[in-house]
Amino acid sequence: MGDQLHGAGLKPADYASSQEVRWCPGCGDYAILKAVRKTMADVGASLENTLVISGIGCAARFPYYMATYGFHTIHGRAPTIASGAMLANPDLDVWIITGDGDALAIGGNHFIHLLRRNFNCQILLFNNEIYGLTKGQYSPTSRENTRSPSTPMGSVDTPLSASHVALGAGGRFVARAVDTQQKQLVDILTKAYQHKGTSFVEIFQNCIVYNDGVFDPFTDKKNVADHQIYVEHQKPMIFGADSDKGIIVDAGFNLKPAKLDAGAPPLIHDETNRSLAFMLAEQTPPDGPMVMGVLYQHPNDTYQTRVKQQIKTAQSNNKRSINGFLRDGTTWTVK
Amino acid sequence: MTDMAKSQPAPRSDRGPSSKATNDGSMETAIVRIAGDSGDGVQLVGGRFSINSALAGNDLVTFPDFPADIRAPTGSIYGVSAYQLHFGGRNIKTIGDHVDVLVAFNPAALKTNLPLLAKGGILILDSSGFSATNLRKAGYETSPLEDNSLDGYQLVQLDIGKMTMLAATPFNLTKKHALRCKNFFALGLLFWLFDRDPSKTAAWIKEKFAGRPEIADANVAAMNAGHSHGETIELSGDISKIHVPTYQMEPGLYRAITGADAMAYGLATAAELSNRQLVMASYPITPSTNILHKLANMKELGVMTFQAEDEIAAAGAALGASYAGALGVTASSGPGVALKMEMIGLAVATELPLIIINSQRAGPSTGLPTKTEQSDLYQSVFGRNGDAPLPVLAARSPGDSFYCAIEAARIAQKYMTPVILLTDGFINNTSEPWSIPDIDDLPRIEVPNRTDPSDYKPYERDEKTLARAWAIPGTPGLEHRIGGLERDALTGAVSYSPENHQKMSELRAQKVANIGFDIEELTVDQGDESGDLVVVGWGSTYGPISRSVTTMRAKGYAVSHVHLRHIFPFPTNQCELLSRFKRILVPEMNMGQLITLMKAMDCPAASGLTKLEGQPFMVSELEVAISDAIKEVKNG
Repeated sequence: MGDQLHGAGLKPADYASSQEVRWCPGCGDYAILKAVRKTMADVGASLENTLVISGIGCAARFPYYMATYGFHTIHGRAPTIASGAMLANPDLDVWIITGDGDALAIGGNHFIHLLRRNFNCQILLFNNEIYGLTKGQYSPTSRENTRSPSTPMGSVDTPLSASHVALGAGGRFVARAVDTQQKQLVDILTKAYQHKGTSFVEIFQNCIVYNDGVFDPFTDKKNVADHQIYVEHQKPMIFGADSDKGIIVDAGFNLKPAKLDAGAPPLIHDETNRSLAFMLAEQTPPDGPMVMGVLYQHPNDTYQTRVKQQIKTAQSNNKRSINGFLRDGTTWTVK
Repeated sequence: MTDMAKSQPAPRSDRGPSSKATNDGSMETAIVRIAGDSGDGVQLVGGRFSINSALAGNDLVTFPDFPADIRAPTGSIYGVSAYQLHFGGRNIKTIGDHVDVLVAFNPAALKTNLPLLAKGGILILDSSGFSATNLRKAGYETSPLEDNSLDGYQLVQLDIGKMTMLAATPFNLTKKHALRCKNFFALGLLFWLFDRDPSKTAAWIKEKFAGRPEIADANVAAMNAGHSHGETIELSGDISKIHVPTYQMEPGLYRAITGADAMAYGLATAAELSNRQLVMASYPITPSTNILHKLANMKELGVMTFQAEDEIAAAGAALGASYAGALGVTASSGPGVALKMEMIGLAVATELPLIIINSQRAGPSTGLPTKTEQSDLYQSVFGRNGDAPLPVLAARSPGDSFYCAIEAARIAQKYMTPVILLTDGFINNTSEPWSIPDIDDLPRIEVPNRTDPSDYKPYERDEKTLARAWAIPGTPGLEHRIGGLERDALTGAVSYSPENHQKMSELRAQKVANIGFDIEELTVDQGDESGDLVVVGWGSTYGPISRSVTTMRAKGYAVSHVHLRHIFPFPTNQCELLSRFKRILVPEMNMGQLITLMKAMDCPAASGLTKLEGQPFMVSELEVAISDAIKEVKNG
C-alpha cells in the first residue's frame, strides 16, 4: 500500500490490542503476528487507517490481536467484505488474513477474483496444509495420502499450489515466506505493503498440533540452507550452506538446481517474468529448493483507481443531479 | 408466455357494465396487446403507445411479457414477445384480465395470445407472417385464417409486410430493413383506432434514428401508412374508432416508470438524503438485474456498482461498504438471496446497515425465473441460522419501489440493521405513470458517524432505538474489532458468557420489534374502518385487490382493503385494525405465507386465497373470492 507517510512513531507493541492471544503454544501464528506488528511499525502504519479482515479458522482470530480496526467475518468471505470496504474508502490500508481452507476451499472463488481485480491490499495466506480449528481434517493443500479424521485411509485428491493459483488468477504480487524466518518475513511483508495492488503472501506456517513438522524438509534449521532459496529481483539465484548451488535452465527449458562449478551460470531472478514465477513455484524438495521471496511483482492500475477514474469521466461528461435523472426522457404535466 | 396462455382460465370481465364498449364506440378503459417474434419490435412500439396514451391524458399500466429464451428461432412458440397496455379514463391499477385488441404478427403469437382476447374483441393479424412454415412451427394443422376458428372475433386481416414495404419504397432500404418497419405500421393503425395524434411519435422516431435518417423516414412512413389504412377499414365498415376518455390525475409532472428503475432511483436518492456513498453490489439474476443496470448508468452521481463473482460476494461487498461508511445495497432474487443468508446473519450480528432487495420470482429452486410470485416471505423473515430478526418491507407498485427504497435506507441506518426489501418480477417490469417528486422536498436521513473517541464502547446503544453507533474505519481513536462471534453487550469483545448471549439475543429482537413503533400505522386503503370483510394484501397484489374492492363496493358489498408495506415487524395497530372486520381474506401468490406470519403474531384468524401460476391475480378471481367470503359472513 504505502500511501501513508512513514514515521507514525509507533512501536510493534503499540499495534497489539488488549486481547489475550489464544493460539496453541508453539503455533506458527505467533511468529506471523509478531512480524506483522513489526512491519506496521517499520512502515509507520496508522492505527485508524489500518483494517485487518479475516474469515474463519485459527488464523482468522488475528484481527482481535491488533489495535487497528478489525473485522472477523465468515468462512472464506473476507475478500468480499474487504472489497466493499475498499470501494467505500479507497484509502484504507487493508490486510486480509486467511488460511489454506479459508482461501482455497470455501473461499476459493473470492480469492481468485480479488487477485484478478487487483484491489489495493495485502492478503496473507497462512498455509499449514491442515484444518486446525475443526481438529485436523486434510485441506486443499494437504499432500496426497494425508491421513486425517476425515480421510483415515489417506486423502486421494491432488493438492493445489496457492502460488500457482494466485499467479493464474492474475495476481501482480506473489511472494512466499516461512513463519519463523522473521527477517525474511518482515522484508517480504514490507514489500507487500509497498506494492500497489493485491499483494499475495503465502506463509508456510507450522501447525504444532495437527501437522507438526510438515514443512521440515525445507524449514528445519538443518535443511534451510540446502533446501530453500530466497530470491531477489535481479540477483543470481544461489543457495546452499556454502552458496555453491544455483538454479539453472537445462536444455529442456526446465529449471533445476545445480552445483555452480558445473559450468552453467545461475539464473538471474526477474520478478516481472510471470513464466519464471510459475517455474519457481514448481520447485519442491527433495528435487529442487523451495523458493521463498517475491516470485512475481508487476504492478498495474488498482481496481479502486479505475473505478474512481470512471466516475470522474462520467462526471466530467455530463453532471446531472438526481432531480435531473428523474426528469430524463419523456415527461408530461398534468394540470 | 406460452405457459401463461395455457394456464389462463377463460376470460371474464373485470369491468363494471359502464366500461363495456358502447354503441357509440367508447370504452372507459381498453386493453391492447401486441405480440410477435422477439425481433418484431413489439416492446418498442408498445412503449411508444404507452407514452402516447399518457400524453393523451389516460391513466395506464403496462406489462412487457418477454420470452425466457434470448434468441429463440423465428416463428417459434417460445420466441413470442408481447407487450400489454391497459389505459383509460379512470385510475388504472392492473394490466387487465383480458385483452380488447390483440395484434399478432405471426401464428405463434396468435396461438399463445388468443386465449387472452375477449370474445368479440378486435384481432389484427399480419397475414404476411402466416407462411406454411410459421403455421407448422406454431403447431397449426390448418390456417386459422381459413378454417373459421376466429369467427368469434372482429378480425382485421392485413398484409402488413407488403404494405410496409410499399410505404418504405422511396427510402431505398434493403428488403430486410424495410420489413423491420412493420411494427410502426401496426402502431399507426392502433393510433387510428384510438384516434391518436401520431406527430409526437414521428418526432421521437426522427430523434431516435437520427444517425440513420432513411430508417427514420421509412418508420414514419410506415406509421403514417398504418394510420391511413385505418380510414380505409372504417370506410369498409369492418371496425370503427374507439373513444377512450381521459382521466384527471393529481396535478404534477409525470413520467413512465418501471419498478426496477424506481428502485434504482430510490436507492440513489436515499444515499443522497443520507449524505452517503451508494455502493450497490450484485450478481446478475432475473428479474433483479435491471436495478443493477440502471445504477451502473448513474456514475455521474458518484454511484458505485460492483458486479461481484457470486451472490455471496455481492452481499459481502455491500456489507463491507456499509462497514466503511457507505450505504451498502445488494439486489437479487430468491435463489440468490438464499446464498446471501450467512452474510445477512453477519450483518445482524455486527449490527451494520445493509439493504437486500429481493425481486421475487416463482420457486422453489430455479422455478420459473421470468414469472412472478411472492413466495419468499418465509425466507425473508425466518431464513437465517440462529435467532436473527430483521425488518422486512414490500413494495406494492412500480412507483412505490422508490419510496420503499428510501424507507429501507432510513430503517437500516437508524437501527443499524440489515433490511430486506421485497419486490417481484411483475413490479420490476411493469410501468405506470409516476408523479415525479422533488427530492429537495423529501426528509433527510440523519445518521451521523461517530467521531468522538471519548469513552467509546462499540456495542453501547442508543437508549431509544437500541442502535449502536456507526464508527467507521479511518476514524482516529475508535479502533475496534467486530465479528460473527457473540460479543459483549457493551464492549464488543468476544464473549462466551451464557447470560450475555441471552441478553444480546433479547436486545437484537427488541431492537427490531421497536421499529414497529417507528413506522406509519396501518390504515384502510379503501372502504370503511370496519365491516363484513377486509382483504389484506402485500406487494404486487395491490393493483388487482384494489380494483376488485372498488368494483365490489360499487355493487354494495361491505368490503375494505388493507395493504401491508411492513411485513416484519407489523405496524403496532395491525391486529386491532383487522379485528374490526367479521372476516379477513388474504390473497397471496404463494401457499399462504403471510397468513402463517399473522397467526404467529396473534392477528385475528384469516382465510387465504392462493395462486401460483406465475401470473398476477385477475380482478375477476378476486371478485369471486370476495363475493364467496361475504356470502359466508351472511350465512353466519
